[in-house]
Amino acid sequence: MIAHVWLIPALPLLAAILVSAGGRRSARLAGSITAGAVFFSLIMALNVLTGLISAPGVEQVSMVWLRSAGNLSMELGMLVDPLSVIMLVIVCFISLMVQIYSLGYMAGDQGIVRYFSFMSFFTFSMLGLVLANNLITLYMFWELVGLSSYLLIGFWYHKPEAADAAKKAFIVTRFGDLGLLIGILVLAYFLNTFNILEVGEAVKGGQLTGHWSTMVALLIFAGAAGKSAQFPLHVWLPDAMEGPTPVSALIHAATMVAAGVFLVARLFPVFAASETALMIIAYLGGFTALLAATIACVQNDIKRILAYSTVSQLGYMMMALGCRDYIAGMFHLTTHAVFKALLFLAAGSVIHAVHTNDIRQMGGLGPALKITAATMLVAALALGGIPPFSGFFSKDAILMGIWAAGRMDLLMVGIVTAGLTTFYIFRLWLVVFTGRPAEKKYQAHESPWVMILPLLVLALLALSLGWLGENFRHFLSASWGAPSVGEAPHHRLIPMFALLASLAGFGWAYLVYFQKTISAALLARKFAATYKLLKHKYYIDEIYIFLVRQGMFMLSRGLAWFDRYVVDGMVNRIGEFCRLAGKGTRRLQVGRLQAYLLAFFLGLVVIMVSVLMTHPEILEIIRSYVCPATGRVVAML
Amino acid sequence: MTIGLVHYLVLSTILFTLGLYGVFTRRNAVALLLAVELIMLAVALNFTAGAQFWGKPGGLIFAIFIIAVAAAEAAVGLALVIAIYRNQKDVDLDRLTMLRW
Repeated sequence: MIAHVWLIPALPLLAAILVSAGGRRSARLAGSITAGAVFFSLIMALNVLTGLISAPGVEQVSMVWLRSAGNLSMELGMLVDPLSVIMLVIVCFISLMVQIYSLGYMAGDQGIVRYFSFMSFFTFSMLGLVLANNLITLYMFWELVGLSSYLLIGFWYHKPEAADAAKKAFIVTRFGDLGLLIGILVLAYFLNTFNILEVGEAVKGGQLTGHWSTMVALLIFAGAAGKSAQFPLHVWLPDAMEGPTPVSALIHAATMVAAGVFLVARLFPVFAASETALMIIAYLGGFTALLAATIACVQNDIKRILAYSTVSQLGYMMMALGCRDYIAGMFHLTTHAVFKALLFLAAGSVIHAVHTNDIRQMGGLGPALKITAATMLVAALALGGIPPFSGFFSKDAILMGIWAAGRMDLLMVGIVTAGLTTFYIFRLWLVVFTGRPAEKKYQAHESPWVMILPLLVLALLALSLGWLGENFRHFLSASWGAPSVGEAPHHRLIPMFALLASLAGFGWAYLVYFQKTISAALLARKFAATYKLLKHKYYIDEIYIFLVRQGMFMLSRGLAWFDRYVVDGMVNRIGEFCRLAGKGTRRLQVGRLQAYLLAFFLGLVVIMVSVLMTHPEILEIIRSYVCPATGRVVAML
Repeated sequence: MTIGLVHYLVLSTILFTLGLYGVFTRRNAVALLLAVELIMLAVALNFTAGAQFWGKPGGLIFAIFIIAVAAAEAAVGLALVIAIYRNQKDVDLDRLTMLRW
């Protein structure tokens, strides 16, 4: 079974090459080819999943790729365990749904071949990432994923915002990736291996202790925070919404941004070794969750609301991992992948119908877009944590995990965030689908069936996935590196509180945006300062720009001064000295032939005399050879 | 009084000195070349005298070499002088300073 696992990432890669090789000619077939490839990958992934359910275990295939002088070698290999298989299935499934959807959404776009080959390439990279059995392969695919994300955000590269957003995403995640790389190298330095299993064993065996383990864990977490858009590296994700909506659904909601959470889970033994690192992860996750949720409450761009929601939910998952509740984090990752992909695809369907991203220009779309509205409602209920939708179960699992870890402050943050989440998602849904249509006249029409079908499938899963909680827990606990788990922590009041918060959020959204008993504009005016702060996303982008301008540019100016006057000055002085020396000495070259001859002759005489003075025996030799008379003549000289 | 090695050497020294004087004083390039010939002949004479005195042929071989080199040098030197003359209408060494700084 495991021998064929390599085919799962290989098929999308093959499809990507095939489609791009076909060029313009494959425009009609591109989507079908790549979707077909990922369909077969999904079948195989499900096959591996069922195999692993019947016989749980951790399997690894690996070959040595580069052997270095020491005993450190780089491998290419795959690690198949419940964690990676779950990720395989999620990635293949969401990718398939999104690609089918894209057949409708992207139809008629000029760059459709490029689009599908990038999508397929992304799928390949992501599958390679989740299968990696060693840190070097993992890092390679990690960067490939970042590259495909860059390419797809900047898919409409003629739009300056899209090109800028692509660059921003690449550069911001680069900060984190640098940390990841250093972390990997430090790990390899101490433990002498790149293999994830061996790293885990070594760390468990106590080969990495004290401050080093905290430092390594935090460096690796920097990579995870970059990809998973955790504060303070979250700024790229909302801008990444400039890409096509299906791209946002696949990469920036369901899979790639979850890679950071996956990374923490994959290397959990490394994190588990440091209580400090886990604490920082938990609090940073909680902070991000709350921060992003508050921003999402006042945004008006439909995709940006969802983007901040993604940031917030990823913070939730990090919070769970930081509290050692590995399984709850992964469970939320799974359910979130489904309902957030659904939210994005439904949003794409709305955008497809009305050609705008601004929710203020929508309104009353419910009757025109019945299926979109219904599926999006399912996703919103799931995100909002309303039972019996999937989000309720995974969110409760996280809250329970936090409670079990004894972090009451984070529990409060989680519950408040749950309320805010319900508020902003129903604000979105109510504004878009209910009420009176906006003044702008549009002919909203339901999307074609290729777009509707994925919505329905995803909605079904968003509804039902939560019931698998116990099975999920049981299955995942067999995966490598999972902390030993006993009974799921249980607390009767926490789900109540969370549900209460969610209902409060829903009620508030209902009053403000449906009943309009409370005027949103009035609220904005009354809390003008807060509103402005949230509207500008806490001015984080502005702070970064300020820091770059003031900090980096100042530093650059100083360095430029140093370069101009010290480095260049030294070079100039040397040049000047040479020029002056030449100017002085060229006077010696008088240009008269006889002057040179004279100098030459005098020089010869000087050499001869000095040789004779220092070696008087030469005179003796000459005297002995020639007659005494000659000897006397020479001696006179 | 027989003519011995010393006489040859003295003659050679006189020729060499004359050549040196010519090299340093002549302003005409052709005259300078002639003076150089004189120096070389002085050396050649020296070598021949030595060969005669020690009864070894090495000096004679050197003399032949020197004559050959002198011929070649004269040919190249005169060719250069003619080329310079065609170019500058002048072979006065004091005035040939166009390559100076």
